[in-house]
Amino acid sequence: MAGISNETLLSMYKTMYKIRTYEEALGSIYYEGKSPAFDISAGPIPGELHLSSGQEATAVGVCTHLNPEDAVVSTHRAHHFAIAKGVSLKEMTAEIFGKATGLSSGKGGHMHLFDPNVNFSCSGIVGASFPQATGIGIAAKIQGKDYVAVAVGGDGAANQGTFHESLNLAALWKLPVIFVIEDNSWAISVEKDKSTSVGKNSERAKAYGIPGVYVDGANVIAVYEIAKEAVERARRGEGPSLIEVKVYRFRGHFEGDPQLYRTKEDLEEAKLKDPLKNLEKQLIDRKIINEDKLKKTQDKIEMEIAEIIEFARQSPYPEPKAALENVFHRG
Amino acid sequence: MARKLPMYKAISEAIAQEMEKDNSIFVMGEDIGAYGGIFGATTGLLQKFGNERVKDTPISESAFIGGALGAASKGMRPIAELMFVDFFGVAMDQIYNHIAKAHYMSDGHVKMPIVIMTAIGGGYSDAAQHSQCLYGLFAHVPGLKIVIPSNSYDAKGLMISSLRDDNPVMYFFHKGLMGLGWMPSPDEAAVEVPEEAYTIPLGEAKIVKEGKDITIATVSRMVYEALWATKELENEGISAEIIDLRTLVPLDKKALIDSVKKTGRLLVVDEDYRSYGMTGEIVSLVSEEMAHNLKVPPRRLAYPDVPIPYSRTLEKFVLPDKDKIKIIIKEMMK
Repeated sequence: MAGISNETLLSMYKTMYKIRTYEEALGSIYYEGKSPAFDISAGPIPGELHLSSGQEATAVGVCTHLNPEDAVVSTHRAHHFAIAKGVSLKEMTAEIFGKATGLSSGKGGHMHLFDPNVNFSCSGIVGASFPQATGIGIAAKIQGKDYVAVAVGGDGAANQGTFHESLNLAALWKLPVIFVIEDNSWAISVEKDKSTSVGKNSERAKAYGIPGVYVDGANVIAVYEIAKEAVERARRGEGPSLIEVKVYRFRGHFEGDPQLYRTKEDLEEAKLKDPLKNLEKQLIDRKIINEDKLKKTQDKIEMEIAEIIEFARQSPYPEPKAALENVFHRG
Repeated sequence: MARKLPMYKAISEAIAQEMEKDNSIFVMGEDIGAYGGIFGATTGLLQKFGNERVKDTPISESAFIGGALGAASKGMRPIAELMFVDFFGVAMDQIYNHIAKAHYMSDGHVKMPIVIMTAIGGGYSDAAQHSQCLYGLFAHVPGLKIVIPSNSYDAKGLMISSLRDDNPVMYFFHKGLMGLGWMPSPDEAAVEVPEEAYTIPLGEAKIVKEGKDITIATVSRMVYEALWATKELENEGISAEIIDLRTLVPLDKKALIDSVKKTGRLLVVDEDYRSYGMTGEIVSLVSEEMAHNLKVPPRRLAYPDVPIPYSRTLEKFVLPDKDKIKIIIKEMMK
């Protein structure tokens, strides 16, 4: 823990708590209007919803090192990275609710969040982030700037061609890119060891001559420290790194996932390694915060999220005819 | 000062002039550096601008076309060359799911000033995976501008417009129009090109030849097949008007309708596949507008729905050309 200030630890805790609270809130709102029979198109949040509860430490451990100029290109499961990157949560929530006040006025939805103010984007296509972050690295190099790009993918995405093409290109051109693989063990329902030829994707870094590290995502401090090295290396112009983080996805692949591929016991066991609880315990044990202040901090975050959700609920839907606008940029 | 230039030199000159003006433009692709592009479209750029702005890439189309998107999101204006359009399959996700949609999905907050230039066309026995046109496929996807020059003057002006456009542009050059020493190319495609930079607006068709009996709408190399066919038909008293659409998105609907209003007959000629493509689109567009004013039903001549065969006799049989155009026109004039 050397080198991490109490302030940073507290700030990371707050962001992780915010992510967890947010995801759990959305996870319950999602089912409104979807009963008695589950109807994916109904309710205040229609369509697919991929939540990140349990995976907070990756986003927070990495994004703590980033400035608004740095870019994150994330996945279909992107809320934790979006929040940690500082995306406007009000507009993001309105977007997820399909409202006119959303980031994209309701045209993107939960898998397509764009916030150029903090250089955040994500995509619903598995493995799409890697080339895009690589391209941001190319821009940084041509422009002679020291911003970096983070590409996020799940362990399933590491079997896409884009992953390997991008690692090669980023390594070849020494681009300031940090490739982050969240190993939640499941590519939807297929276990990692049934889809991936090596135990750890981080080992694949060897094939491209770049550092590859496997780190425990139950411990945000470990992620923070590894990410610090990778970000600093990228900023120094020494090229990309690959970080694979062991995480547990506490919820289904998407909401409504019957999760027949794993047992309740497995999940309960996984929840014992909760990164949020781990950090909370450390903060209390090391007397960085007391129970009372912790509770107040949590209450404040919960209130903030309740307000944001209320804003999204109250916001108007877009005018239908707006559907025909902004295919092309004019002027 | 204008001089006669082959299309490949007009394209590389356009790129060079814009790169001199705008530091955010850079080029990526396979063999676009020292080689100058397999079809010459990047001739001389490496020598002028160095390898930071003219980047030979690994054979990783997903990585460098997706890379173009990433760079564009940071204020760059990348050109990516996809060596043959036939290779789009390995990178299509980045093109149609990302580059084409980012502006819309972000409701205009993200701009994608990217030019993807690529080689099209057959007629030289390169068979099924190196001879296709496929622009119809990209024109089908909302969010991409589709540019298809047929001569060196248009090639330069349209390239400069493409590079100044804030939208993704797919720029298709026909191998058989480039004026490469090693591939046949009609002399008519190498025309006078001004030395200075100039633009041709995207969405303006060109009347290549005026006529009063029939409108032939086409693009790219088929412009010349149409020209040659109509020249021969002039002796038989048939006066055909040829429209080079030049861009499919945006499409110059007005020029098309105005011409058909005048002639009352429409033939669409295309080297791309027939079904669900450019010919069907143009015919239905004109029919929706003025079916009752047509003297005869509209016709189309396109690549039949077969993959492109290798052997010379087979390919010639399926490739649209002036003789096939003449036969149809004569039928329409009966």
